[in-house]
This record gives sequence, C-alpha cells and structure tokens, in this order.
Amino acid sequence: MSKLKTIKEYPLIPASKPSEGAAGRTGLWRTFRPVVNLDKCIGCRLCWFYCPDNAITISGDGKVEINYDWCKGCLICFHECPVKAIDRVVEEFG
Amino acid sequence: MGKEIKTVKDIPLQELLLPGHVACAGCGMAISVRHVLKILGGNTVVTVPACCLSVIQGLFPKTAVAVPLKNVPFASAAAVASGLKAGFRLQGKELNVVAIAGDGGTYDIGLQALSGAVERGEDIIYFCYDNQAYMNTGIQRSGATPYGAWTTTTPKGKKERRKDLGLMMIANGATYVATVNPSFPMDFYGKFLKAEEKKGPRVLIGYSVCPPGWRYTPELSIELGKLAVQTGAWILWEFEEGVFRFTGYSKRLAEGKAKRKPIELYLEPQGRFRNVLRDPEKLKALKRGINERWRVYRKIAEVYSSSTPG
Repeated sequence: MSKLKTIKEYPLIPASKPSEGAAGRTGLWRTFRPVVNLDKCIGCRLCWFYCPDNAITISGDGKVEINYDWCKGCLICFHECPVKAIDRVVEEFG
Repeated sequence: MGKEIKTVKDIPLQELLLPGHVACAGCGMAISVRHVLKILGGNTVVTVPACCLSVIQGLFPKTAVAVPLKNVPFASAAAVASGLKAGFRLQGKELNVVAIAGDGGTYDIGLQALSGAVERGEDIIYFCYDNQAYMNTGIQRSGATPYGAWTTTTPKGKKERRKDLGLMMIANGATYVATVNPSFPMDFYGKFLKAEEKKGPRVLIGYSVCPPGWRYTPELSIELGKLAVQTGAWILWEFEEGVFRFTGYSKRLAEGKAKRKPIELYLEPQGRFRNVLRDPEKLKALKRGINERWRVYRKIAEVYSSSTPG
C-alpha cells in the first residue's frame, strides 16, 4: 500500500488490505536461526506443513527454503525434521 | 477443493494466511488457521470474535488474512456467520461461511450463539481452536482449561474439570462434529474436507498449543500435540449422521491395538502443570479424569455405533 499522508486520504470504510509483514519484519524476533542442509533434505515437506509463519517455501527441485524475513525462529522445523537436515545456529544480526 | 489429498505433498501451495503475521513464535493456532484457509480456499468469508486471531491479523492498513474477514463482538461469531450465510443465500451466492474462535469465545462467552446456530441448523462451519485459556488477554482461566493447569487466575492450578464442547454439540444436533490436531496432518485434512462437503452446522474443535501460556519452549509445539493424543489427554473422534467413531491414533487406543503412554510425558514439558507433578494427589485426580473421559467416550461410541436406531 502506498503511503497515506493525511486523514483525508484514508478510505471511508477502514478495510485492511492483505499484505505480507502485517507485523513488520518478524525475522528480527529470532534468537536461533534454522539452517537447512540441502544434501540431507528428502523433500518430505513436513517442516513446510508445520511452519506457523509460512516462512518455508518449496523450491523448484522439491526441497525446502527458509525465508529469513519472516522466520520467527520457533525451531519447530529443527525439532520435527525426520532426517535431521535442519541445524540451528545462534542468530547474529549484522 | 479439486483433487484428492492423500499425503502432505498433495496439499496446495497457495497461502491465504500471509507471512509476517503477529502470532508468537511456535503458535499452534497459526498452523491450524493457515491450513483451514488452504482447505476452504478463496471462496470463503470468515467471522472472528475477540481472540488471538483478531490480533494476529495485524494493524490497519495491513492484514495478514487474504480472505474477507469480519471482526465481530465476543459473543456473536456464530450469530454473525448465520446472518452472513442468509444474506449470501438471498443474493444467490455460494460461499463457505466459517466462524473461527478461540476457546473463550466458544466454551464460555459465545456458547449461546453457537448453540442457537446449531439448533437452527444454520449452514456454517464453526472452528474452535482450543488453547485452553484466555491467551489473548493474558492467560486467564476459561471453561476449557484442563484440571490442574496453572493460569494467572488459578495460580495453584484449576480445581474443576474441563467442559466437553464436542458432546454438547452432538446433543445440540450438529451435522458434523470432530476434534482435530495439526500434529496429525492427514487426519486434520480428512476431517476438514469432509466438513466442507457437508451442509448444515459443522463444528470442529482443534487442539491448539500456546508456548507462552503453557510455559514450554516453542520447538516442542508439534511434539506436544502428538503426545497429547498418545497419552490420551486429547481424543481424536468424529460424529456424522448419527455415527460416532474414533479416528487416527485414538482409534488404535480405543481398540486396544496400542497402549496409552504415561501422562507424565505430556505434563512434564509444560510449566502450567508444575503444581500437578509436585502433588501426587492432584496427579491421581488428573489421571482419574482422563480415564473417566475415555469411559464416557467408549460408551458413546457403543451407543452411536450405527445410524439406524434399533
């Protein structure tokens, strides 16, 4: 949505527009960062199913990719991966 | 939804709960709602009373939910859904109207609206994500809080047992009643796909973990859901056309093919049950409550074993 400057520019019916990042960049909430080891990933999509934040996407070859803009670092994927293909590292924001 | 869903790989990739929403890390409700919207698709209107879901949408002018959604007063999720459905029927529109509410808005405050909508036979889906306390306002006790659980208003643990919404809805005459748990993906999808095809009032009750309210580390969210079913603390079942049946792992428990795991496995990771684990008397009472619930459900499965009354 483009920037609204004055109150007159707001729509009369205050209906919100669907958009990503309703809470800002939720990736900044992370303490631990899950990292996928693509050599081990078997593409079962369980982490994708269990992710509460839609931060995991399926890439072209059927394996998974983590979107660090939105990942809140809950580590469900790290805990649930059946082949232990996801590691966790301490987050360091540059 | 068009094609059949047999494995996790058949689930469509389109997302209707957009990333970057306001839910806490590891939120069980966000997992459930994300998949509920996936199943029902874009042809859906949602009504939401005051609950965590009305918060996680985010602030104006952005929202994380990509379907039309109406935030309604606390006691009226089912009533507004009934009205919307009637309005769409008059306009000749075929839409799924679904009310999504927390346990406070279902077990306590919204109960009469839900009971009325079910009794009138309204053609709506009602999904209650049951996180077992008023989490949104700061973990106050609700009618769905289990025996012994800590909340800010029951600092020594709740003394009463939990209400049973499922049985109430069977008694009220709902077309389809089921309990779901996102830790069991195919059971979850199977029940919602079944509910979507049916007409009339359909009530689904979802086990929904809450890391800040239940006092555990968020990475255990899915593990706890599995343990809840394996220890018998949460029972998976469905009721349709006069037939009650256990499903998934609960079916194996009911048939005696598997043994219930010790309940301590489920209680130990959760800080809210610390009082129970310290006191053998309370632990005994909690176990007795679960056994009693299983006894009642077994009887009900016997009574509703076939649709034609004998």
